[in-house]
Amino acid sequence: MQLIELRNVNKRYPNGVTALADIDLEISKGEFVFIIGASGSGKSTLIKLLYRQEKPTYGEVFVGGINVAKLRNGKVYKLRRKLGIVFQDYKLLPKLTVYENVAFALEMYGLKGDEIRKRTIRALEQVGLKDKLRSFPDELAGGEQQRVSIARAIVNNPKVLICDEPTGNLDPDTSMEVMKVIEDINKNLGTTIIMATHDKDIVNRMKKRVIVIDKGLVKKDIQKGRYRNESV
Amino acid sequence: MKAFRIFGKNISESFKGVFRNFSLSLASISCITITLVLVGFSIILSYNVNNFTTEIEKDLTIVVFLDRKIETEEINVLQTRIKTMDNVSNVIYNSKEEVKKEMQKESEVFDSIMSQYTEETNPLQDSFLVKVDDINGIGDVADEIKKLDKVDLVKYGEGSVEELVKIFDIVKKITYIAVAALVLVTVFLVSNTIKITIQSRRREIEIRRLVGASNSFIRRPFFFEGIILGFLGALIPVAACWYGYVYIFNRLHGQLFTAIIPLVKPSNIMHIVVISLLGIGIVVGAFGSYRAVRKYLKI
Repeated sequence: MQLIELRNVNKRYPNGVTALADIDLEISKGEFVFIIGASGSGKSTLIKLLYRQEKPTYGEVFVGGINVAKLRNGKVYKLRRKLGIVFQDYKLLPKLTVYENVAFALEMYGLKGDEIRKRTIRALEQVGLKDKLRSFPDELAGGEQQRVSIARAIVNNPKVLICDEPTGNLDPDTSMEVMKVIEDINKNLGTTIIMATHDKDIVNRMKKRVIVIDKGLVKKDIQKGRYRNESV
Repeated sequence: MKAFRIFGKNISESFKGVFRNFSLSLASISCITITLVLVGFSIILSYNVNNFTTEIEKDLTIVVFLDRKIETEEINVLQTRIKTMDNVSNVIYNSKEEVKKEMQKESEVFDSIMSQYTEETNPLQDSFLVKVDDINGIGDVADEIKKLDKVDLVKYGEGSVEELVKIFDIVKKITYIAVAALVLVTVFLVSNTIKITIQSRRREIEIRRLVGASNSFIRRPFFFEGIILGFLGALIPVAACWYGYVYIFNRLHGQLFTAIIPLVKPSNIMHIVVISLLGIGIVVGAFGSYRAVRKYLKI
Protein backbone atom coordinates (compact mmCIF):
# COMPACT_ATOMS: atom_id res chain seq x y z
CA MET A 1 0.00 0.00 0.00
CA GLN A 2 1.18 3.48 -0.83
CA LEU A 3 1.65 6.15 1.82
CA ILE A 4 -1.46 7.93 0.59
CA GLU A 5 -4.25 6.28 -1.33
CA LEU A 6 -7.61 7.64 -2.36
CA ARG A 7 -10.10 5.20 -3.82
CA ASN A 8 -13.29 6.27 -5.53
CA VAL A 9 -13.59 9.31 -3.28
CA ASN A 10 -16.69 11.47 -3.50
CA LYS A 11 -17.45 14.54 -1.48
CA ARG A 12 -20.79 16.22 -1.55
CA TYR A 13 -21.46 19.07 0.87
CA PRO A 14 -24.79 19.34 2.71
CA ASN A 15 -25.77 22.24 0.45
CA GLY A 16 -25.75 19.88 -2.54
CA VAL A 17 -22.47 20.97 -4.10
CA THR A 18 -20.35 18.06 -5.27
CA ALA A 19 -16.77 19.10 -4.58
CA LEU A 20 -15.03 15.86 -5.57
CA ALA A 21 -16.19 13.02 -7.81
CA ASP A 22 -14.54 9.62 -8.22
CA ILE A 23 -11.05 10.61 -7.22
CA ASP A 24 -8.44 7.85 -7.39
CA LEU A 25 -4.97 8.82 -6.35
CA GLU A 26 -1.76 7.34 -5.05
CA ILE A 27 1.17 9.17 -3.57
CA SER A 28 4.22 7.30 -2.38
CA LYS A 29 6.75 7.98 0.32
CA GLY A 30 9.16 10.83 -0.33
CA GLU A 31 7.23 12.35 -3.21
CA PHE A 32 6.72 16.06 -3.78
CA VAL A 33 3.30 16.71 -5.26
CA PHE A 34 1.57 19.90 -6.31
CA ILE A 35 -2.19 20.00 -6.38
CA ILE A 36 -3.41 22.79 -8.56
CA GLY A 37 -6.75 24.02 -9.79
CA ALA A 38 -8.92 27.09 -9.96
CA SER A 39 -10.93 28.36 -7.00
CA GLY A 40 -13.85 26.02 -6.44
CA SER A 41 -12.19 23.20 -8.35
CA GLY A 42 -12.15 21.00 -5.23
CA LYS A 43 -8.44 21.11 -4.44
CA SER A 44 -9.00 22.57 -0.98
CA THR A 45 -11.52 19.85 -0.25
CA LEU A 46 -9.01 17.24 -1.38
CA ILE A 47 -6.38 18.66 0.98
CA LYS A 48 -8.90 18.82 3.84
CA LEU A 49 -9.75 15.15 3.34
CA LEU A 50 -6.12 14.24 3.93
CA TYR A 51 -6.02 15.67 7.44
CA ARG A 52 -9.65 14.90 8.17
CA GLN A 53 -10.99 18.39 8.34
CA GLU A 54 -13.62 16.89 6.03
CA LYS A 55 -14.84 13.34 5.62
CA PRO A 56 -15.57 11.85 2.20
CA THR A 57 -19.24 11.21 1.43
CA TYR A 58 -18.10 7.83 0.23
CA GLY A 59 -14.89 6.21 -0.93
CA GLU A 60 -11.74 5.52 1.03
CA VAL A 61 -8.85 7.71 2.07
CA PHE A 62 -5.75 6.06 3.50
CA VAL A 63 -2.95 8.13 4.99
CA GLY A 64 -0.03 6.25 6.48
CA GLY A 65 -2.18 3.15 6.88
CA ILE A 66 -5.02 4.98 8.65
CA ASN A 67 -8.47 4.82 7.10
CA VAL A 68 -9.28 8.50 7.39
CA ALA A 69 -12.89 8.11 6.26
CA LYS A 70 -13.68 5.92 9.23
CA LEU A 71 -11.74 7.89 11.82
CA ARG A 72 -13.91 9.06 14.70
CA ASN A 73 -13.58 12.61 15.94
CA GLY A 74 -11.93 11.46 19.17
CA LYS A 75 -9.23 9.54 17.28
CA VAL A 76 -8.31 12.24 14.78
CA TYR A 77 -5.19 13.07 16.78
CA LYS A 78 -3.68 9.73 15.79
CA LEU A 79 -3.71 10.85 12.17
CA ARG A 80 -2.56 14.39 12.89
CA ARG A 81 0.50 13.11 14.74
CA LYS A 82 1.71 11.57 11.50
CA LEU A 83 1.20 14.83 9.62
CA GLY A 84 2.49 18.34 9.57
CA ILE A 85 0.10 20.96 8.27
CA VAL A 86 0.96 24.40 6.95
CA PHE A 87 -1.75 26.99 6.28
CA GLN A 88 -1.98 30.11 4.20
CA ASP A 89 -2.66 32.19 7.34
CA TYR A 90 0.13 30.52 9.40
CA LYS A 91 -2.14 29.89 12.44
CA LEU A 92 0.43 30.97 14.98
CA LEU A 93 -0.51 31.97 18.52
CA PRO A 94 0.24 35.69 18.90
CA LYS A 95 0.91 35.56 22.66
CA LEU A 96 3.59 32.88 22.34
CA THR A 97 7.16 33.39 21.18
CA VAL A 98 8.57 31.68 18.11
CA TYR A 99 10.14 29.02 20.29
CA GLU A 100 6.92 28.45 22.26
CA ASN A 101 4.85 28.27 19.10
CA VAL A 102 7.00 25.43 17.80
CA ALA A 103 7.33 23.63 21.14
CA PHE A 104 3.54 23.85 21.38
CA ALA A 105 3.28 20.96 18.93
CA LEU A 106 5.34 18.69 21.23
CA GLU A 107 3.42 19.36 24.45
CA MET A 108 1.15 16.33 24.31
CA TYR A 109 3.88 13.72 23.91
CA GLY A 110 5.07 13.97 27.49
CA LEU A 111 8.70 14.43 26.48
CA LYS A 112 11.44 15.54 28.84
CA GLY A 113 12.26 19.24 28.86
CA ASP A 114 15.68 18.94 27.20
CA GLU A 115 14.27 16.62 24.52
CA ILE A 116 11.64 19.26 23.67
CA ARG A 117 14.32 21.95 23.55
CA LYS A 118 16.58 19.87 21.29
CA ARG A 119 13.84 19.07 18.81
CA THR A 120 12.38 22.58 18.76
CA ILE A 121 15.76 24.15 18.07
CA ARG A 122 16.53 21.57 15.39
CA ALA A 123 13.24 22.36 13.62
CA LEU A 124 13.87 26.10 13.79
CA GLU A 125 17.39 25.55 12.46
CA GLN A 126 15.92 23.64 9.53
CA VAL A 127 13.84 26.68 8.53
CA GLY A 128 16.66 29.15 9.25
CA LEU A 129 15.11 30.95 12.22
CA LYS A 130 17.41 29.92 15.02
CA ASP A 131 18.19 33.53 15.85
CA LYS A 132 14.54 34.56 16.31
CA LEU A 133 13.62 32.24 19.18
CA ARG A 134 12.36 34.96 21.49
CA SER A 135 10.52 37.06 18.91
CA PHE A 136 6.76 37.17 18.81
CA PRO A 137 4.98 36.37 15.54
CA ASP A 138 3.88 39.96 14.89
CA GLU A 139 7.52 41.10 15.04
CA LEU A 140 8.35 38.90 12.06
CA ALA A 141 7.86 39.34 8.31
CA GLY A 142 5.27 37.18 6.55
CA GLY A 143 7.82 34.75 5.14
CA GLU A 144 9.39 34.31 8.56
CA GLN A 145 6.02 33.66 10.15
CA GLN A 146 5.34 31.01 7.55
CA ARG A 147 8.70 29.45 8.30
CA VAL A 148 7.80 29.31 11.99
CA SER A 149 4.62 27.46 11.08
CA ILE A 150 6.66 25.07 8.90
CA ALA A 151 8.99 24.45 11.83
CA ARG A 152 5.96 23.69 13.98
CA ALA A 153 4.67 21.30 11.31
CA ILE A 154 7.92 19.31 11.10
CA VAL A 155 8.94 19.32 14.76
CA ASN A 156 7.23 15.96 15.37
CA ASN A 157 9.03 14.35 12.39
CA PRO A 158 5.88 13.77 10.31
CA LYS A 159 5.76 11.41 7.36
CA VAL A 160 3.74 13.87 5.34
CA LEU A 161 3.79 17.64 5.17
CA ILE A 162 0.52 19.06 3.90
CA CYS A 163 0.68 22.63 2.70
CA ASP A 164 -2.51 24.50 1.87
CA GLU A 165 -1.54 27.55 -0.21
CA PRO A 166 1.53 28.26 1.95
CA THR A 167 2.69 31.13 -0.27
CA GLY A 168 -0.74 32.65 -0.84
CA ASN A 169 0.01 35.71 1.30
CA LEU A 170 3.64 36.19 0.26
CA ASP A 171 5.43 38.13 -2.48
CA PRO A 172 7.28 36.14 -5.18
CA ASP A 173 10.77 36.43 -3.63
CA THR A 174 9.61 35.42 -0.19
CA SER A 175 7.57 32.64 -1.75
CA MET A 176 10.68 31.20 -3.32
CA GLU A 177 12.50 31.35 0.03
CA VAL A 178 9.69 29.41 1.65
CA MET A 179 9.66 26.93 -1.24
CA LYS A 180 13.39 26.40 -0.76
CA VAL A 181 12.74 25.53 2.87
CA ILE A 182 10.01 23.07 1.91
CA GLU A 183 12.15 21.51 -0.80
CA ASP A 184 15.00 21.06 1.69
CA ILE A 185 12.67 19.27 4.06
CA ASN A 186 11.67 16.94 1.23
CA LYS A 187 15.30 16.28 0.27
CA ASN A 188 16.99 16.16 3.67
CA LEU A 189 14.33 14.56 5.82
CA GLY A 190 12.59 12.50 3.15
CA THR A 191 9.24 13.96 4.14
CA THR A 192 6.47 13.56 1.60
CA ILE A 193 5.15 16.96 0.53
CA ILE A 194 1.64 17.63 -0.72
CA MET A 195 1.04 21.22 -1.61
CA ALA A 196 -2.02 22.99 -2.94
CA THR A 197 -1.17 26.21 -4.71
CA HIS A 198 -2.22 28.87 -7.18
CA ASP A 199 1.28 30.02 -7.91
CA LYS A 200 2.25 29.25 -11.51
CA ASP A 201 5.86 30.39 -11.09
CA ILE A 202 6.52 28.03 -8.27
CA VAL A 203 5.05 25.03 -10.04
CA ASN A 204 6.93 25.77 -13.23
CA ARG A 205 10.24 26.25 -11.49
CA MET A 206 10.11 23.24 -9.22
CA LYS A 207 9.30 20.65 -11.89
CA LYS A 208 7.59 18.18 -9.59
CA ARG A 209 4.59 15.96 -9.98
CA VAL A 210 1.47 18.02 -10.66
CA ILE A 211 -2.09 16.90 -10.11
CA VAL A 212 -4.65 19.13 -11.79
CA ILE A 213 -8.11 19.17 -10.25
CA ASP A 214 -10.96 20.57 -12.26
CA LYS A 215 -14.66 20.47 -11.43
CA GLY A 216 -14.04 17.84 -8.81
CA LEU A 217 -12.14 15.48 -11.11
CA VAL A 218 -8.48 14.66 -11.58
CA LYS A 219 -7.95 16.24 -14.98
CA LYS A 220 -4.23 15.57 -15.28
CA ASP A 221 -1.54 13.85 -13.27
CA ILE A 222 1.89 14.58 -14.72
CA GLN A 223 5.42 13.95 -13.51
CA LYS A 224 7.64 17.03 -13.74
CA GLY A 225 4.60 19.00 -14.77
CA ARG A 226 4.09 22.59 -15.63
CA TYR A 227 1.25 24.90 -14.81
CA ARG A 228 -0.20 25.73 -18.19
CA ASN A 229 -3.11 28.03 -18.68
CA GLU A 230 -5.18 25.46 -20.49
CA SER A 231 -4.86 23.05 -17.60
CA VAL A 232 -6.62 25.31 -15.16
CA MET B 1 6.77 8.97 33.96
CA LYS B 2 5.40 10.13 30.65
CA ALA B 3 1.85 10.23 31.96
CA PHE B 4 3.03 12.30 34.94
CA ARG B 5 4.75 14.78 32.65
CA ILE B 6 1.60 15.09 30.54
CA PHE B 7 -0.50 15.55 33.68
CA GLY B 8 1.93 18.13 35.04
CA LYS B 9 1.73 19.95 31.72
CA ASN B 10 -2.07 19.98 32.01
CA ILE B 11 -1.95 21.47 35.49
CA SER B 12 0.59 24.14 34.62
CA GLU B 13 -1.43 24.99 31.50
CA SER B 14 -4.55 25.47 33.59
CA PHE B 15 -2.83 27.93 35.93
CA LYS B 16 -1.41 29.75 32.92
CA GLY B 17 -4.91 29.81 31.46
CA VAL B 18 -6.29 31.52 34.55
CA PHE B 19 -3.61 34.19 34.71
CA ARG B 20 -2.92 34.80 31.02
CA ASN B 21 -6.58 35.56 30.44
CA PHE B 22 -7.04 37.23 33.79
CA SER B 23 -9.74 39.71 32.80
CA LEU B 24 -11.84 36.91 31.39
CA SER B 25 -11.14 34.72 34.41
CA LEU B 26 -12.26 37.62 36.56
CA ALA B 27 -15.55 37.74 34.67
CA SER B 28 -16.18 34.06 35.41
CA ILE B 29 -15.05 34.39 39.02
CA SER B 30 -17.29 37.38 39.74
CA CYS B 31 -20.23 35.66 38.09
CA ILE B 32 -19.71 32.65 40.35
CA THR B 33 -19.23 34.93 43.35
CA ILE B 34 -22.44 36.90 42.88
CA THR B 35 -24.67 33.90 42.32
CA LEU B 36 -23.09 31.90 45.13
CA VAL B 37 -23.64 34.73 47.64
CA LEU B 38 -27.34 34.46 46.82
CA VAL B 39 -27.24 30.67 47.01
CA GLY B 40 -25.45 30.84 50.36
CA PHE B 41 -27.94 33.18 51.97
CA SER B 42 -30.87 31.25 50.58
CA ILE B 43 -29.45 28.06 52.09
CA ILE B 44 -29.13 29.80 55.46
CA LEU B 45 -32.65 31.17 55.17
CA SER B 46 -34.09 27.82 54.25
CA TYR B 47 -32.35 26.20 57.21
CA ASN B 48 -33.79 28.77 59.55
CA VAL B 49 -37.30 28.42 58.20
CA ASN B 50 -37.00 24.67 58.54
CA ASN B 51 -35.62 24.89 62.01
CA PHE B 52 -38.35 27.28 63.10
CA THR B 53 -41.17 25.16 61.72
CA THR B 54 -39.84 21.92 63.18
CA GLU B 55 -39.39 23.59 66.55
CA ILE B 56 -43.00 24.77 66.47
CA GLU B 57 -44.22 21.39 65.35
CA LYS B 58 -42.34 19.74 68.18
CA ASP B 59 -44.21 21.95 70.64
CA LEU B 60 -47.62 20.93 69.37
CA THR B 61 -49.24 18.78 72.07
CA ILE B 62 -52.53 17.04 72.68
CA VAL B 63 -53.93 17.85 76.12
CA VAL B 64 -56.13 15.11 77.51
CA PHE B 65 -58.32 16.10 80.50
CA LEU B 66 -59.35 13.16 82.61
CA ASP B 67 -62.60 12.41 84.32
CA ARG B 68 -62.80 13.90 87.85
CA LYS B 69 -63.73 10.55 89.36
CA ILE B 70 -60.77 8.68 87.92
CA GLU B 71 -58.77 6.40 90.24
CA THR B 72 -54.99 6.34 90.43
CA GLU B 73 -54.99 2.74 89.13
CA GLU B 74 -57.02 3.75 86.12
CA ILE B 75 -54.71 6.68 85.38
CA ASN B 76 -51.78 4.28 85.03
CA VAL B 77 -53.73 1.94 82.79
CA LEU B 78 -54.90 4.82 80.62
CA GLN B 79 -51.39 6.23 80.34
CA THR B 80 -49.96 2.90 79.13
CA ARG B 81 -52.89 2.52 76.79
CA ILE B 82 -52.24 5.90 75.11
CA LYS B 83 -48.50 5.31 75.06
CA THR B 84 -48.93 2.14 72.98
CA MET B 85 -51.00 3.92 70.34
CA ASP B 86 -49.53 4.43 66.87
CA ASN B 87 -47.71 7.71 66.28
CA VAL B 88 -47.56 8.59 69.99
CA SER B 89 -44.06 9.46 71.11
CA ASN B 90 -44.52 10.59 74.69
CA VAL B 91 -47.21 10.84 77.38
CA ILE B 92 -46.70 13.00 80.46
CA TYR B 93 -49.07 12.90 83.39
CA ASN B 94 -49.91 16.14 85.21
CA SER B 95 -51.94 15.73 88.37
CA LYS B 96 -54.25 18.57 89.28
CA GLU B 97 -52.13 19.28 92.35
CA GLU B 98 -49.05 19.78 90.19
CA VAL B 99 -50.94 22.04 87.83
CA LYS B 100 -52.17 24.06 90.80
CA LYS B 101 -48.64 24.52 92.10
CA GLU B 102 -47.44 25.47 88.65
CA MET B 103 -50.11 28.14 88.39
CA GLN B 104 -49.34 29.51 91.84
CA LYS B 105 -45.73 29.89 90.84
CA GLU B 106 -46.67 31.79 87.73
CA SER B 107 -48.20 34.87 89.33
CA GLU B 108 -49.34 36.30 92.66
CA VAL B 109 -52.93 36.69 91.50
CA PHE B 110 -53.13 33.00 90.64
CA ASP B 111 -51.35 32.23 93.89
CA SER B 112 -53.95 33.96 96.06
CA ILE B 113 -56.90 32.52 94.12
CA MET B 114 -55.62 28.98 94.00
CA SER B 115 -54.60 28.89 97.64
CA GLN B 116 -58.31 29.10 98.64
CA TYR B 117 -58.79 25.59 97.28
CA THR B 118 -57.83 22.48 99.17
CA GLU B 119 -56.95 19.16 97.63
CA GLU B 120 -60.61 18.13 97.59
CA THR B 121 -62.07 21.33 96.18
CA ASN B 122 -59.41 21.86 93.50
CA PRO B 123 -61.39 22.78 90.35
CA LEU B 124 -58.64 21.68 88.01
CA GLN B 125 -58.50 18.33 86.26
CA ASP B 126 -55.81 15.69 85.99
CA SER B 127 -54.38 15.68 82.50
CA PHE B 128 -52.00 14.01 80.04
CA LEU B 129 -49.73 15.87 77.66
CA VAL B 130 -49.40 13.72 74.55
CA LYS B 131 -46.74 14.30 71.88
CA VAL B 132 -46.86 12.69 68.46
CA ASP B 133 -44.17 11.67 65.98
CA ASP B 134 -45.88 12.79 62.79
CA ILE B 135 -47.65 16.08 63.20
CA ASN B 136 -49.94 15.34 60.25
CA GLY B 137 -51.58 12.51 62.24
CA ILE B 138 -52.27 14.55 65.35
CA GLY B 139 -56.01 14.70 64.61
CA ASP B 140 -56.34 10.94 64.31
CA VAL B 141 -54.55 10.36 67.60
CA ALA B 142 -56.79 12.91 69.32
CA ASP B 143 -59.90 11.21 67.90
CA GLU B 144 -58.74 7.83 69.15
CA ILE B 145 -58.04 9.16 72.64
CA LYS B 146 -61.52 10.72 72.73
CA LYS B 147 -63.05 7.25 72.38
CA LEU B 148 -61.36 6.00 75.56
CA ASP B 149 -63.18 5.59 78.88
CA LYS B 150 -62.68 8.12 81.66
CA VAL B 151 -61.46 10.74 79.20
CA ASP B 152 -63.29 14.01 79.61
CA LEU B 153 -61.90 16.42 77.02
CA VAL B 154 -59.25 16.29 74.31
CA LYS B 155 -57.74 19.50 72.99
CA TYR B 156 -54.96 20.07 70.43
CA GLY B 157 -55.89 23.35 68.78
CA GLU B 158 -58.06 21.74 66.14
CA GLY B 159 -58.26 23.59 62.83
CA SER B 160 -55.50 26.09 63.55
CA VAL B 161 -52.90 23.32 63.89
CA GLU B 162 -53.84 21.76 60.56
CA GLU B 163 -53.73 25.20 58.97
CA LEU B 164 -50.33 25.97 60.50
CA VAL B 165 -48.84 22.65 59.41
CA LYS B 166 -50.14 23.19 55.89
CA ILE B 167 -48.63 26.68 55.70
CA PHE B 168 -45.32 25.46 57.08
CA ASP B 169 -45.22 22.73 54.47
CA ILE B 170 -45.73 25.27 51.72
CA VAL B 171 -43.10 27.62 53.18
CA LYS B 172 -40.60 24.75 53.38
CA LYS B 173 -41.27 23.76 49.81
CA ILE B 174 -40.85 27.35 48.66
CA THR B 175 -37.44 27.60 50.32
CA TYR B 176 -36.34 24.33 48.71
CA ILE B 177 -37.50 25.52 45.31
CA ALA B 178 -35.78 28.87 45.83
CA VAL B 179 -32.45 27.19 46.62
CA ALA B 180 -32.80 24.79 43.67
CA ALA B 181 -33.74 27.63 41.31
CA LEU B 182 -30.77 29.71 42.43
CA VAL B 183 -28.42 26.77 41.92
CA LEU B 184 -29.83 26.32 38.43
CA VAL B 185 -29.37 30.01 37.67
CA THR B 186 -25.78 29.71 38.89
CA VAL B 187 -25.14 26.76 36.60
CA PHE B 188 -26.66 28.57 33.65
CA LEU B 189 -24.97 31.93 34.18
CA VAL B 190 -21.57 30.48 34.98
CA SER B 191 -21.49 28.03 32.10
CA ASN B 192 -22.53 30.80 29.74
CA THR B 193 -19.89 33.18 31.01
CA ILE B 194 -17.25 30.49 30.67
CA LYS B 195 -18.50 29.70 27.18
CA ILE B 196 -17.98 33.32 26.16
CA THR B 197 -14.52 33.50 27.71
CA ILE B 198 -13.45 30.29 26.01
CA GLN B 199 -14.61 31.57 22.66
CA SER B 200 -11.64 33.91 22.66
CA ARG B 201 -9.37 30.87 22.95
CA ARG B 202 -10.87 28.85 20.14
CA ARG B 203 -7.82 29.49 17.95
CA GLU B 204 -5.60 27.95 20.59
CA ILE B 205 -7.92 24.93 20.82
CA GLU B 206 -8.08 24.55 17.03
CA ILE B 207 -4.32 24.65 16.67
CA ARG B 208 -3.94 22.07 19.39
CA ARG B 209 -6.28 19.80 17.45
CA LEU B 210 -4.34 20.39 14.25
CA VAL B 211 -0.97 19.55 15.75
CA GLY B 212 -2.26 16.26 17.12
CA ALA B 213 -3.39 16.82 20.69
CA SER B 214 -6.08 14.39 21.82
CA ASN B 215 -9.41 15.79 22.94
CA SER B 216 -8.80 14.83 26.54
CA PHE B 217 -5.40 16.51 26.48
CA ILE B 218 -7.06 19.70 25.24
CA ARG B 219 -9.94 19.51 27.67
CA ARG B 220 -8.09 18.66 30.86
CA PRO B 221 -6.50 22.09 31.43
CA PHE B 222 -9.88 23.72 30.97
CA PHE B 223 -11.37 21.30 33.47
CA PHE B 224 -8.73 22.18 36.08
CA GLU B 225 -9.05 25.83 35.18
CA GLY B 226 -12.77 25.55 35.92
CA ILE B 227 -11.97 24.04 39.30
CA ILE B 228 -9.62 26.92 40.07
CA LEU B 229 -12.19 29.50 38.93
CA GLY B 230 -14.97 27.80 40.89
CA PHE B 231 -12.83 27.63 44.02
CA LEU B 232 -11.75 31.27 43.78
CA GLY B 233 -15.31 32.31 43.03
CA ALA B 234 -16.64 30.52 46.11
CA LEU B 235 -14.20 32.12 48.56
CA ILE B 236 -15.98 35.47 48.90
CA PRO B 237 -19.45 33.91 49.25
CA VAL B 238 -18.13 31.54 51.92
CA ALA B 239 -16.62 34.44 53.85
CA ALA B 240 -19.71 36.59 53.35
CA CYS B 241 -22.06 33.88 54.60
CA TRP B 242 -19.85 32.94 57.49
CA TYR B 243 -19.11 36.39 58.87
CA GLY B 244 -22.45 37.79 57.79
CA TYR B 245 -24.48 35.13 59.54
CA VAL B 246 -22.36 35.07 62.70
CA TYR B 247 -22.70 38.85 62.85
CA ILE B 248 -26.49 38.75 62.41
CA PHE B 249 -26.81 35.91 64.91
CA ASN B 250 -24.85 37.76 67.58
CA ARG B 251 -26.51 41.07 66.84
CA LEU B 252 -29.98 39.58 67.28
CA HIS B 253 -28.91 37.42 70.26
CA GLY B 254 -29.84 34.23 68.48
CA GLN B 255 -33.47 35.03 67.84
CA LEU B 256 -35.49 36.91 65.31
CA PHE B 257 -37.39 39.62 67.29
CA THR B 258 -38.93 37.15 69.77
CA ALA B 259 -37.90 33.97 71.49
CA ILE B 260 -40.54 32.13 69.47
CA ILE B 261 -38.35 32.43 66.37
CA PRO B 262 -34.92 31.11 67.32
CA LEU B 263 -32.10 31.31 64.78
CA VAL B 264 -30.01 28.25 64.00
CA LYS B 265 -26.63 28.40 65.70
CA PRO B 266 -23.93 29.27 63.13
CA SER B 267 -21.80 26.33 64.28
CA ASN B 268 -24.65 23.98 63.32
CA ILE B 269 -24.96 25.04 59.69
CA MET B 270 -21.73 26.72 58.63
CA HIS B 271 -19.98 23.50 57.62
CA ILE B 272 -22.91 22.62 55.37
CA VAL B 273 -22.99 26.10 53.82
CA VAL B 274 -19.22 26.10 53.25
CA ILE B 275 -19.18 22.62 51.72
CA SER B 276 -22.15 23.28 49.46
CA LEU B 277 -20.83 26.62 48.22
CA LEU B 278 -17.35 25.26 47.48
CA GLY B 279 -18.89 22.14 45.98
CA ILE B 280 -21.30 24.02 43.74
CA GLY B 281 -18.59 26.47 42.67
CA ILE B 282 -16.07 23.78 41.80
CA VAL B 283 -18.49 21.42 40.06
CA VAL B 284 -20.17 24.18 38.07
CA GLY B 285 -16.82 25.73 37.11
CA ALA B 286 -15.24 22.44 36.09
CA PHE B 287 -18.12 21.13 34.04
CA GLY B 288 -18.95 24.54 32.60
CA SER B 289 -15.42 24.79 31.20
CA TYR B 290 -15.30 21.17 30.17
CA ARG B 291 -18.53 21.44 28.23
CA ALA B 292 -17.71 24.80 26.69
CA VAL B 293 -14.62 23.37 24.98
CA ARG B 294 -16.57 20.65 23.18
CA LYS B 295 -17.89 23.06 20.58
CA TYR B 296 -14.37 23.73 19.33
CA LEU B 297 -13.21 20.13 19.13
CA LYS B 298 -14.67 19.59 15.70
CA ILE B 299 -11.91 20.97 13.51
